[in-house]
Amino acid sequence: MAINLDNSNIGTRENRLGSITGYVGSVSDITTQSECGTLRGCGRCFSQSSSCLSGCALSQLGGIRDVAVIHHGPSGCSCTATTQYQTTKQVAKKRGVVNNSVYIGTDMDENDTIFGAADKLHDIILEVNRRYKPKAIFVSSSCTSGIIGEDIDSVVEEVRAEVDVPVIAAHCEGFKSRIWATGFDISDHAVVSGIVKPPKEKRNTINFKNFYESARPEIIEMFKNFDLEPVFLYANATVEELEHMSEAAATTCICGVLGNYLGNALEEKYGVPYIRTINQSGIAGFETWLREIGRVTDRSDKIEKYIAEQRAIYIPQIEEVKKELKGLRAVLGMGPGYTFEVSRVLNELGIEVVWALAWHYDKKYENNDVPPTMEYLLKNNIDFEISVSDQQNYEVMNILNRFKPDLYLSRHPGSTVWAIKQGVPALYVADEYMIFGYKHTLEFAKTILNTIRNRSFEQNLAKRVKLPYTDWWYDQDLGEFLQEGKANG
Amino acid sequence: MAKILDKQRYRCAMAAMQSVQAIDRAIPVLHSGPGCAQKLANSSGSSGYFSPNIFPCTSINEKDVVFGGVNKLRTTIENALKVIDADLYVVMTGCIPEIVGDNTEEIVEEFADAEKPVIYASTAGFKGNNYKGHEQVVDAIIEGLLEKSDEKTDGLVNIWADVPYQNEFWLGNLRELEKLVAELGLIPNTIFGYGRGIENIYKIPKAQFNLLVSPWVGLKNVKKMEKKLGIPYLHYPTLPIGAFETSKFLRTVGEFAGVDKNKVERLIEEKEKYYYYYIERFADLFLETRVMSKQFSVVSDAQYALGITKFLVNDVGLFPARQFIVDDTPREFRKSIKEYFEELNYGIKAEAVFETDGYKIHEEIKKHDYTGYPLILGSYWEKAVAEETNGHFLSVSWPCNERLIMNSFYVGYDGGLKLIEDIYSVAKTRFN
Repeated sequence: MAINLDNSNIGTRENRLGSITGYVGSVSDITTQSECGTLRGCGRCFSQSSSCLSGCALSQLGGIRDVAVIHHGPSGCSCTATTQYQTTKQVAKKRGVVNNSVYIGTDMDENDTIFGAADKLHDIILEVNRRYKPKAIFVSSSCTSGIIGEDIDSVVEEVRAEVDVPVIAAHCEGFKSRIWATGFDISDHAVVSGIVKPPKEKRNTINFKNFYESARPEIIEMFKNFDLEPVFLYANATVEELEHMSEAAATTCICGVLGNYLGNALEEKYGVPYIRTINQSGIAGFETWLREIGRVTDRSDKIEKYIAEQRAIYIPQIEEVKKELKGLRAVLGMGPGYTFEVSRVLNELGIEVVWALAWHYDKKYENNDVPPTMEYLLKNNIDFEISVSDQQNYEVMNILNRFKPDLYLSRHPGSTVWAIKQGVPALYVADEYMIFGYKHTLEFAKTILNTIRNRSFEQNLAKRVKLPYTDWWYDQDLGEFLQEGKANG
Repeated sequence: MAKILDKQRYRCAMAAMQSVQAIDRAIPVLHSGPGCAQKLANSSGSSGYFSPNIFPCTSINEKDVVFGGVNKLRTTIENALKVIDADLYVVMTGCIPEIVGDNTEEIVEEFADAEKPVIYASTAGFKGNNYKGHEQVVDAIIEGLLEKSDEKTDGLVNIWADVPYQNEFWLGNLRELEKLVAELGLIPNTIFGYGRGIENIYKIPKAQFNLLVSPWVGLKNVKKMEKKLGIPYLHYPTLPIGAFETSKFLRTVGEFAGVDKNKVERLIEEKEKYYYYYIERFADLFLETRVMSKQFSVVSDAQYALGITKFLVNDVGLFPARQFIVDDTPREFRKSIKEYFEELNYGIKAEAVFETDGYKIHEEIKKHDYTGYPLILGSYWEKAVAEETNGHFLSVSWPCNERLIMNSFYVGYDGGLKLIEDIYSVAKTRFN
């Protein structure tokens, strides 16, 4: 699908990528159906709460250094400013920089829903600019401002004449997509259309899309071997760094769901190659990714030398831990960018994946290809049962009850606790670098071992708590509430 | 009208889903966008019997915005009753259904005969913040579950105080208030937290009176209960922290409830002896900590700003600089709340200002001469301004990031000691 940078609004993942949030089947089925175009998702007539795309969009934008995010909505929409502020301060402190970004709300009230508040928004943007002198200002809509027809594009257009930094609209009506990852695309679209400048010179930088750059020092060290310099995005990145993204040697990302739009947009508009491989988790993932960077940047010799050196250090150690992991059975629940990648690593470590839940599924990425991990799993005959479910916790619990695995792995806040209440040890795969490369794959394997070897915490808790679901639900099929032909229900 | 929300101190009305969550085995059923609950659950201690991931939600989409979402609401409630094992289902509306005009109440009425009670609270985000949302939830309980009772339990007192999950010490404070009331020989009745729940909700109409410990939140509720259930109320506006206010609190409640005056005085005497045993032992520290100056500011909702100001002035002998009330207090309460701040020992008057713009608050703090290191009790937002002004900083109000509070409390005699512990644990990190 062509990227249109002239419009501040972009389509949802459902519309652009044919993404779905309801499905029960297997890896081979979903991949084959994605390739031949027959895949149709289901809706639900019963849901539990999940996530809002504005959270993804604005936490990404708000992490950029010294910018302002202005969320035009009632106070609840912008209340994540409090955690955003904490994260921003803490990750900046870790890196030794100062990030003065602010996240401001407009506290819309009942009168505003009747009379509109575009003028107020205009004044608030100017006041924020006066107070903080941000390097860029992102103005976001909400469900409320969207439904009453507040024209934030016009407000932004007007303000541009009065402010000397980029002012960019981000359309974040939470009801428009069940897939919060649409928010990542909204943030990328805002950055590429509003900040990135056409290239003046080629650089040996790599645009590295991630979340919170916890492995930054070691990745910088690694890339020195290849004479490349990673620029981490967006947390702690400066607006100036973003302006130059078009000059990079390549774009890569830690998670296909997170980086897909940015990678494709930079490639399509500015010819910056986008590294489309399985991600860096595990042995095969790390090596495939490195080799693709080598191929794209013409550094294959250096890459092969590095791989050989590192293999000698880590592979024997990983093989040693694998002996103790053999025979374990796992269930996973993560975004599609991770759940299938982590499944691949578990398979590599000799752990059986009995079920994987993906919080959504992208039939095809922006370049019209099936996500690389799916192709990899299909090609290597790694098949298992899966379901697509936007964090529907009752479905997770049903699956855990059925399979009683040795381990549940999840990446989203608030989900691991439910597994342990059901007595299943859980591992929170929070940090995006938790399985990065050989070193962290080894750490990950050891962490799994430590998790399943001491089950005291979950056993103590599980023994004493009652579960919130009825027996009736545990007796139902997983797909009880799925409705065919209502993909966006 | 829309206004600049710079350093957010509250969430929207639907965040009162956490007032429902605070009631054992009660669950909110949300008629809202898919991600509201996750955002609004921006507080800690949330993975109890129900967590926000369990809250049923209609997850409104584009089609529902155009055609209305009442059918989806119906199936969501129907299935919530089947899937979730709860004692009370509280349907709450977010912004969308209230703008597009879904008749939520009508759908909820269809469940009047359901096996478990299903009630409705209107909590659109644009209708107010979560302090008001909390009142809406309590209102929904009064409306939907309670009837006037001819049968009264002697000495039974319903206690209402902090807003659950918004006031970080809500549960510890409530438990301590229960203990104080029980020591007067009365029977406390509360509905929030461990071991209370729906059974206690049904006891509400049998109470002798409602005790509201809060400057304004909940006043609307106790007035409604007076009218509908015939329960009189005692409004005690100050959260009692430390000996001065707690003794006053015990006297006031005792008098209202008709407890023998001598009994109350004996209780207070014993409590104060106990309290001053500690104060005496640590008084040298208070006098001789070089970095403690005399002036402080609290940046919090009316509840904590008032309670803490009274404590630091009347018990600890500090002097109030300007106090900042950040809960968007409705205009009709502002005058009386300002007056509460002016009733301090030695005729001291604290100036309380109502301000929701954090930037302006920080500018005021920076401008004021605290005659030494400022003592700032506020939320996580004040950490930076305290650093900038070389002040002492203690996080006591939402958002309390970087601090974990499980069952701590500031209420009562012990609560006062705990607040002193916390303040001096900060001050003691510096020599001069």
